[in-house]
Amino acid sequence: MLQPVEKESAAVTNAELEQYDLSKFEHVPRKKLGRYVAAALIVAALLWLAIAFARGQIEWIYTAKYLFAPVILQGLLNTIALSVLAMLFGVTLGVSVAIMRFSSNPIINWSAMGYIWLFRGLPTLLQLLLWYNLALVFPTIWIPGVAEWRTVDVMTPFVAALLGLGINQGAYTSEVVRAGLLSVDHGQYEAASAIGMTRLRALRRIILPQAMRFIIPPIGNEFIGMVKWTSLASVIQYSELVYAAENIYYVNNRVIELLFVAAFWYLVIVSVLTVAQGRIERYYARGSSRGFQAAARR
Amino acid sequence: MNPIVHAIGAKKSFGTFQALHDINLSIERSEVVCLIGPSGSGKSTLLRCINQLESLSDGALWVNGELLGFRREGNKLYELKDSEIARQRLSTGMVFQRFNLFSHKTALENLTEGPTQILKIPARTAREEALNLLERVGLANKCDAYPVELSGGQQQRVAIARALAMKPAVMLFDEPTSALDPELVGEVLAVMRNLAKTGMTMIVVTHELGFAREVANRVFFMDHGQIVETGTPSQVLVKPTQERTRDFISAVLS
Ligand SMILES: Nc1ncnc2c1ncn2[C@@H]1O[C@H](COP(=O)(O)OP(=O)(O)OP(=O)(O)O)[C@@H](O)[C@H]1O
Ligand SMILES: [Mg+2]
Repeated sequence: MLQPVEKESAAVTNAELEQYDLSKFEHVPRKKLGRYVAAALIVAALLWLAIAFARGQIEWIYTAKYLFAPVILQGLLNTIALSVLAMLFGVTLGVSVAIMRFSSNPIINWSAMGYIWLFRGLPTLLQLLLWYNLALVFPTIWIPGVAEWRTVDVMTPFVAALLGLGINQGAYTSEVVRAGLLSVDHGQYEAASAIGMTRLRALRRIILPQAMRFIIPPIGNEFIGMVKWTSLASVIQYSELVYAAENIYYVNNRVIELLFVAAFWYLVIVSVLTVAQGRIERYYARGSSRGFQAAARR
Repeated sequence: MNPIVHAIGAKKSFGTFQALHDINLSIERSEVVCLIGPSGSGKSTLLRCINQLESLSDGALWVNGELLGFRREGNKLYELKDSEIARQRLSTGMVFQRFNLFSHKTALENLTEGPTQILKIPARTAREEALNLLERVGLANKCDAYPVELSGGQQQRVAIARALAMKPAVMLFDEPTSALDPELVGEVLAVMRNLAKTGMTMIVVTHELGFAREVANRVFFMDHGQIVETGTPSQVLVKPTQERTRDFISAVLS
């Protein structure tokens, strides 16, 4: 079969071959009209926005003045602290609940499902208010024979916000973690069993680290969401960014200027988180595809 | 001499489907047994029962002198806990058709995971032993490679080394070469042949009749959840007495 074809190609004349020599032709690139139109439209829209804000009744000087005000910086710190701690609490809860859902013990399994049902079902703001007002139901909190506290002393705005946001987050995170665990090939679990690992150890050492690759992107997303949810804590008087901004504009009436101050800091936090997420994703991608190996070792 | 693997009346059902019917077998230390038989005949199920990835529905299995899945006290049999079953599994090493290397760990880490985590061997000792094992399967230069960076044959050799790192009494192989490209089969069989020479007890599910003939002490032919015929390779593979064995062997060879 091959030989006749070779003979044919040998018979091709020089003139015919020249047709295939593309170096003589002028290369005309494809027209990218769409790009220019889109760019023009966006520049126009941005200009229009800039002019609108420049003419609008905003005293930018106030935004600049309060950007680094101690009250605002304290609010920023509180926002960061609450986000990080609530997220840590939520992820710990979420991982535990996800593992509980794989338990062969039906009671453990059902309590995990009940937790998810309850805390995913209630609005976050409502949960914050419930925790904050816990003293109305339980005036004191006690550990039998150890200690007893007044609930209002324990349930500070910070603690109420931490519990409300963390427990709510845990309900969502557990579903993300569960999906991640399910996405790991069952053969990995069998191989772990075969070298003598118990279920729990196999989950912790083998399955969970591999599931991280699927878990990190949505968790990163939810972390960014959490930063914004912390603004709800202003309702129960926790002095995070929005609360700090509000307290200033209640006095000087520069509402938009101070909201912009808060907006600026939120964007800063979210930008930092976005970069961090990329780094963490790269770490957990090790062993997943050949291209990543070189990057992970560097 | 006590058999190292011993089954009496072993049965396994999945729902209403019976995958293993009344399996009786007895395998001596240092024996190499090849399990052959058509698809769905229960070869994998039998291996998985020996490794307790599945539990028997009826009957009993002993590995290395221990009754699997139960503790005997007086005239009572107590069902074992997850952790005790995990400990019993240490007697067997398993090699899977699809390798199942831990994909987030390097070849070396795959080997040291069990010894350091389960056997509590110091990291340095585990590392040295792992390097020796990788050397034995011809992959000392790949110790820092992740599984995705290895060919199928290399992955399977690491998987064999990983099982050996736990110093099992019996090695179980479930079609270790059937996921491999033909040119990679030889390197894995060579490792297994050398392993057999060291006196390791091996139960190998395989379609490689040439390997069975050369390495096995005995060949078991399974069909429909039963062991239909057993004997030396020359008996079972060359002069089978059962109709079903003959049909199977001629089908594989054709
Ligand atoms: N987890 C399970 N649930 C239900 N049925 C199963 C399960 N595992 C195996 N079986 C059934 O048991 C029978 C024996 O399966 P097994 O995997 O042991 O066959 P095999 O001899 O290894 O076949 P193959 O050569 O194709 O690997 C098959 O009919 C299979 O469908
Ligand atoms: Mg099989």
